[in-house]
Amino acid sequence: MTAAPQSPDIMALKDQARIVRIEILKMLTASGSGHTGGSLSAADIVTALYFYKMRQRPGDPSWPDRDRFILSKGHAAPLLYAVLALSGYFDKSLLGSLRKVGCPLQGHPSSKLVNGVEVSTGSLGQGLSISNGIALGLRLDKKEARVYCLLGDGETQEGQVWEAAMSAGHYMLDNLCAIVDVNELQIDGRCCDVMTVEPMAEKWRAFNWHVFEINGHDMEEIANALDEAEKIKGKPSVILARTIKSKGVSFFEGKAEYHGVTPTEEELQKALLELDSNGK
Amino acid sequence: MGSRDQATDIKSQSADFCGQAVATRDAYGSALLELGRRNEKVVVLDADLSGSTKTAKFAKAFPDRFFNMGISEQDLVGTAGGLSLTGKIPYASTFAVFETGRAWEQIRQTLSYSGLNVKLVATHAGITVGEDGASHQALEDIALIRVIPNMTVIVPSDGFETKQVIDAIAEYEHPVYVRLGRAKVPPVMPAGYRFIIGKAHTFSLGSDVTIIATGIMVSKALQAAEQLKKQGIDAGVVNMSTIKPLDTDTVLEAAKKSKLIVTAEEHSIIGGLGGAVSEFVAENHPVHLRRIGTSDTFGCSGSPDELLKLFGLTSENIVKTVEGFFQDFRR
Ligand SMILES: Cc1ncc(C[n+]2csc(CCOP(=O)(O)OP(=O)(O)O)c2C)c(N)n1
Ligand SMILES: [Mg+2]
Repeated sequence: MTAAPQSPDIMALKDQARIVRIEILKMLTASGSGHTGGSLSAADIVTALYFYKMRQRPGDPSWPDRDRFILSKGHAAPLLYAVLALSGYFDKSLLGSLRKVGCPLQGHPSSKLVNGVEVSTGSLGQGLSISNGIALGLRLDKKEARVYCLLGDGETQEGQVWEAAMSAGHYMLDNLCAIVDVNELQIDGRCCDVMTVEPMAEKWRAFNWHVFEINGHDMEEIANALDEAEKIKGKPSVILARTIKSKGVSFFEGKAEYHGVTPTEEELQKALLELDSNGK
Repeated sequence: MGSRDQATDIKSQSADFCGQAVATRDAYGSALLELGRRNEKVVVLDADLSGSTKTAKFAKAFPDRFFNMGISEQDLVGTAGGLSLTGKIPYASTFAVFETGRAWEQIRQTLSYSGLNVKLVATHAGITVGEDGASHQALEDIALIRVIPNMTVIVPSDGFETKQVIDAIAEYEHPVYVRLGRAKVPPVMPAGYRFIIGKAHTFSLGSDVTIIATGIMVSKALQAAEQLKKQGIDAGVVNMSTIKPLDTDTVLEAAKKSKLIVTAEEHSIIGGLGGAVSEFVAENHPVHLRRIGTSDTFGCSGSPDELLKLFGLTSENIVKTVEGFFQDFRR
């Protein structure tokens, strides 16, 4: 079992995030389709969850006391598959057949097919309600376990997100921590051009949430916010993580085009060089 | 660069897509642009998928008449309803699974019950969405919309028909659902074909079997019929592009003429074209019937062609189904 360590080893987590990015890029290049930008932007956050914060037992995926992770922005499936494989939920060799017929690693995560996937997602806007339900159930059972839910910033345009935000505030779900990957992009362009989501912090506060605003690529800030969120009582916490879409691959960074476009073999090699040199 | 853009633009302007292999969503994008030029009342809404649904073409030409609602399908449908109440003709597009699923009750309560003049033109329907997998593959949308009173449901078979559908519904003051696909499809409708809402196109009726198909399955049905004829089975094909209101005259004719009716659709066999035809013939002219479609199951990730094979949405499977029937029938 992996227990949450007392203090984060920031250097090790940074390197783990680098490895996660490498797996994401290799997986996406092999599949030739899938979501690059939003998998890379949230890589640091999700690495911190799986390799620092969350209490999980990869060998016992239905352990009742585990912390739960709900990937509401289900298109970041490659990121989830990478951390699950690297945590030991399933064999890493599966990653090479992402999105192929017969492979359990579907374009969007299916909980019926993959250990460690709590619930199937892919249709945006539904994850926070599910997280609320889990948080309510855990509270009824007097469990210590916590629930983490990752949303996209574009995703918060869905009405259901705000219905769920209201519920979590109302039920004072302090065992719930939502994280919004604020990369300021969605498919059709910048969120502020398509449909403004700002001011986000004020919106969440108005729904009775405790708001953290951090740099979503600063491992220390991420780990710190996750620790602090655990101490907030009487209300749910949301971490607004400012990120860069496609973070880690300089020539994809901040470009809306790479939302759902995968690297070519040549781009992969270039990206791996960048990530390798970051590791030194 | 500018001149090249203009050249392609002019070409797409005049294209009616007759005889052309094209994705129905691409035909939609061009048809909408042309319609926008002709008809100022046309407004277009999308939900953060304008590049994929191809409404981006209209958006670029008529930014004032285009509204991106962001990732909020319920708001998309409701806003389209409101626009129609001011005399506009809204075309609202996103992926079929989200448009009919997430916004179903808005379609029922706001559009249908009030009879609002909104055109829901959804793309990425069916299994040919491919690699994105089950969450994105609408296999229930025809059923979902067909069950709502007042709704018209149209599934064009190729680019040529799509263009005509997009034009025809602008003149038809009712809520309409049009189902389009992501993948390129071969042309099937003959030159000179004129789409009429509620009217099927009969290629031929077979004394042994008539295959009533819709959408991408029309081309597979035509191939299957050729193959069956070679085997001495007289097979006909009907393109049922309007699923609601169903062209019951044509179904009745086929039921009277053929020993077997086969329905073929890129959709669940429950509640779609197969459901509609079964309901009608069971009450009016019982006949042997087989439904081809997905069998009460979700799709999965894979390339469109692999998935068509995996789920039996092929001419081979139509042939096999018909052969199987006649083997039993003759015994
Ligand atoms: C209900 C729903 N509508 C539309 C989509 C199609 N879609 C997939 S990703 C996406 C954009 C998501 O943007 P954002 O939430 O900001 O994610 P990120 O930038 O982190 O990739 C859209 C519209 C979907 N998956 N679900
Ligand atoms: Mg985003």
